[in-house]
Amino acid sequence: MTGHEYAFILLALIGTVAALRVVTARNVVHAALYLVVTLASVGGAYLLLAAEFVAWVQILIYVGAIVILFLFGLMLTKAPIGREALDNQRRGAAIVVALAILAGLIFLIQDAFSWDGSKIEPETGGAAAVGESIFSRYVLPFEAVSFLLLGALIGAIVLSRRDDLT
Amino acid sequence: MIRLPLVLFFSAALFAIGVYGVLARRNGVLVLMSIELMLNAVNINLVAFSQALGSLAGQVFALFVIAVAAAEVGIGLAIVILIYRNRETINIDEVNLLKW
Repeated sequence: MTGHEYAFILLALIGTVAALRVVTARNVVHAALYLVVTLASVGGAYLLLAAEFVAWVQILIYVGAIVILFLFGLMLTKAPIGREALDNQRRGAAIVVALAILAGLIFLIQDAFSWDGSKIEPETGGAAAVGESIFSRYVLPFEAVSFLLLGALIGAIVLSRRDDLT
Repeated sequence: MIRLPLVLFFSAALFAIGVYGVLARRNGVLVLMSIELMLNAVNINLVAFSQALGSLAGQVFALFVIAVAAAEVGIGLAIVILIYRNRETINIDEVNLLKW
């Protein structure tokens, strides 16, 4: 075990506990704030993996923009507070399905990767390397994503516009 | 140096929690939040394999997934707000107009 691993385990524990609170919190605003903790700890995990640019994009886009969108959504929909209002009646089945998926994934990971066999030696991941890769080799998917964002922008405006204001 | 399975276990835990949230929550905004948890799990895997294999492709696609997630949240919240405006509720089990 190295210092990197201890730091990663700490971040992973914080992120997992906060994620559990996201899906169990009784108050929707608390759920959104716990989501911030989870997203920030995932960003910290990216930093530990030396994926520096992805980490800052994670903080900027997720913590900065998406959580704000969620808070606006909660504010505009006046969600009720309390377990019965936020959870449906099939909580037990959901727990079973989630645990089955977790067990399956852990079995597959154990099966495919030996504990000491595959190690991550962080190297590249700065903005320069990632940017060069995006704008040379992956420029076509990049254009597709920008087109998708334009479509999403127009779609969101069309969906949320009130017709009686025209 | 970080062992790869450690990172994959974290991502598996986040994914399973996200699945639970999608299945158990009935508030539309909370379901969208759980979907974000699952997308984050996918991104962790992409970055981890990118670093383990020494290729930048995984990180580039993690960035694309973040962009697609942003678009998805924008459209999803627009739909949720539209449903709230029309039905006065965002409980997804009461929105059954398209169910036969």
